[in-house]
Amino acid sequence: MTATAEERMLTPEIDAFIEKWKEKPGNLIMVLHRVQEEFGYVPRQAAFEVAAALDVPVAKIFGVITFYHFFKLTKPGKNQIAVCMGTACYLKGGQDLIDECERKLGVGLNTVTEDGEFSVEAVRCIGCCGLAPVLTVNGEVFGGVNTKEMVKIIEQFEGK
Amino acid sequence: MAFKNYILVCAGTACESSKGIALYEALEKELKAQGVEGEAQLVKTGCFGFCEQGPIVKILPDESFYVKVGPEHAQQIVAEHIIKGRQVKELLYDKEQAAGTSSDSIDFYQKQQRIVLRNCGVINPEFIDEYIAREGYAALEKVIFEMTGDEVIEELKAAGLRGRGGAGFPTGIKWSFTKNTESDQKYIVCNADEGDPGAYMDRSTCEGDPHSVLEAMAIAGRTVGANQGFIYIRAEYPLAIERLENAIAQAREYGLLGDNILGSDFSFDIELRLGAGAFVCGEETALLASIEGKRGMPIPRPPFPAVKGLWGQPSVINNVETWANIPMIILKGAAWFSSIGTESTKGTKVFALTGKIKNSGLIEVPMGTTLREIIYDIGGGIPSGKKFKAAQTGGPSGGVLTEEVLDTPIDYESLQAVGSMMGSGGMIVMDEDDCMIDVTKFYLEFSVDESCGKCSPCRIGGRTCYNILDKISKGQGKMEDLDTLKDLAQAMRKASLCGLGQTTPNPIMSTINYFNEEYLEHINEGKCRAGKCKDLMAYTIVEDKCIGCTACARVCPVNCISGEVKAAHVIDQDQCIKCGQCFDKCKFDAILKG
Repeated sequence: MTATAEERMLTPEIDAFIEKWKEKPGNLIMVLHRVQEEFGYVPRQAAFEVAAALDVPVAKIFGVITFYHFFKLTKPGKNQIAVCMGTACYLKGGQDLIDECERKLGVGLNTVTEDGEFSVEAVRCIGCCGLAPVLTVNGEVFGGVNTKEMVKIIEQFEGK
Repeated sequence: MAFKNYILVCAGTACESSKGIALYEALEKELKAQGVEGEAQLVKTGCFGFCEQGPIVKILPDESFYVKVGPEHAQQIVAEHIIKGRQVKELLYDKEQAAGTSSDSIDFYQKQQRIVLRNCGVINPEFIDEYIAREGYAALEKVIFEMTGDEVIEELKAAGLRGRGGAGFPTGIKWSFTKNTESDQKYIVCNADEGDPGAYMDRSTCEGDPHSVLEAMAIAGRTVGANQGFIYIRAEYPLAIERLENAIAQAREYGLLGDNILGSDFSFDIELRLGAGAFVCGEETALLASIEGKRGMPIPRPPFPAVKGLWGQPSVINNVETWANIPMIILKGAAWFSSIGTESTKGTKVFALTGKIKNSGLIEVPMGTTLREIIYDIGGGIPSGKKFKAAQTGGPSGGVLTEEVLDTPIDYESLQAVGSMMGSGGMIVMDEDDCMIDVTKFYLEFSVDESCGKCSPCRIGGRTCYNILDKISKGQGKMEDLDTLKDLAQAMRKASLCGLGQTTPNPIMSTINYFNEEYLEHINEGKCRAGKCKDLMAYTIVEDKCIGCTACARVCPVNCISGEVKAAHVIDQDQCIKCGQCFDKCKFDAILKG
């Protein structure tokens, strides 16, 4: 797949980043992080462009993306909710938060609401075990939440 | 300096998420507004460890220890403490604490000894000068100018330092393998891919004292003859990444990293490599594959990475906590370090004490401290008058520790002897409300999800174990399932390629050993005593006790409780999701759980 300059998805900033890393061995994961930072996920076309830029097979790129939990192949919601499922959070009711969240938004884990507003995922320990159970919305951490408080937190972000 | 007071504000992730940054800014504003900027120095520090009580503010020199401080308290702290010199009593952790007593008097800190966390909560991790002022980089200087590589290795061996990542391999011996392997190119690697759920000591160290890791890696570089280091860190730790990047840049500027360090012939540099969420990358060979930009799959050992590692070159890999110990050992000597701890295990261990515990947080204790001291003296025991059931160490690779072993002095060997392991340092306390089958299932689900799938004992064995546990948790288990679990565990331990598969059965074997009666209850009686296994329990309303206040019906998220006002209500069992909200809401004990 070749893309003309007009259709190119990777921004000049990403191109510059790739240029900087190109000669360093083991650069692929760092480049994919940069791409996901830009788009919130790794779009298919971007993966093809990275393959061309780094001169590695597309299959290798998808192999890496699908191996690691952190990389996403689909676009997340505008507001990303992540419920911590580390051990401390699990013991203190993390699963209840996920159940309630799914009910409230009407979507399962790792899916986006129809209006594209929210997506929900369960994440591994985010290292705030002292505040368990914990969830994050767009990276902002909320600790010691119960299901009711969580509903209020989600409502804060509605329409934003 | 002419400052009368120093105000230390915790800027670790946990405190930041409790609005620690807003607090810092509010204090900054108040100091200006009240015209006392010149009297108090505001310092952002690393984690104090007492995360449960965060955000934390400590004021020097009198060491007043303020907890749960919010931006709204900034005005008061400045007006009272800084200007009038009077403590703000209601913010003190110990409300009776007299001025002049140190925070060390707080029970949470009394039995702790801080080596790894020596600078966390003391220095501002964003300024290299503060690290240097606390003897920072003095150990590197000593290694470069006064010691040979063999002397450094002998010192580490004599100190008895063992790998803090969990396996406990002697660090000095590991380094000697790399040193004695001939090669033009060698690497130093820091494992900061802290994937164990419930453990965050490495994150706090990187956030609170990043230079200690950099210094130690440079020491290793000098010792084994490597000029390049990599820190492999979780992408989920943005603050730690930022602090490390900043620290590397400052160290380069000061000539403590880069070419000809301190004017010597030794050159060494460090780069960060981000992980991407794969627990198996905690395994050395998988970690190296990931740094090389590949799928993080382990390969058989030997050859060990110390001999043939990153890009086929000899590589020293140590965990963050191990690294943070090293500058102190070089400076204070092996005799000092080996005076701390037990016969087989020297030094201290950092634990993330979490779960059902009053004082949740990050603690560092000498090896040989008993679990009872950790849980009751430091942790303050179990909240809400509940009964202690078990402490879990070693995460998905570990096991549970019960009441009867609480007085065991902890070290690598003693924990293994009682069926658990040191692990990286997560310690999760469970009480009577936690079901051991449910917890075991949780760990198995984790390990199954994280298995890379390369070898079948781990890929298939783990899944099969999980399915059996799932059946048991639903009351469909049979007695022979327990034998199957034991057989599978045996096979996985022997035949799996890497530590992940070999240790996946540990939570099962440990809980079967200590909580066999709970397994039997689930299998034979279809009963879960903790009320966690939702398929084995139901909420019912006792007709005589229900006064029909409708509180339960209003709180039910799926509207499955019906009944007239002032008449007994009924729960539709088919619709009930067993969330327990009605049970918590009922003021008349009219709802039965079981």
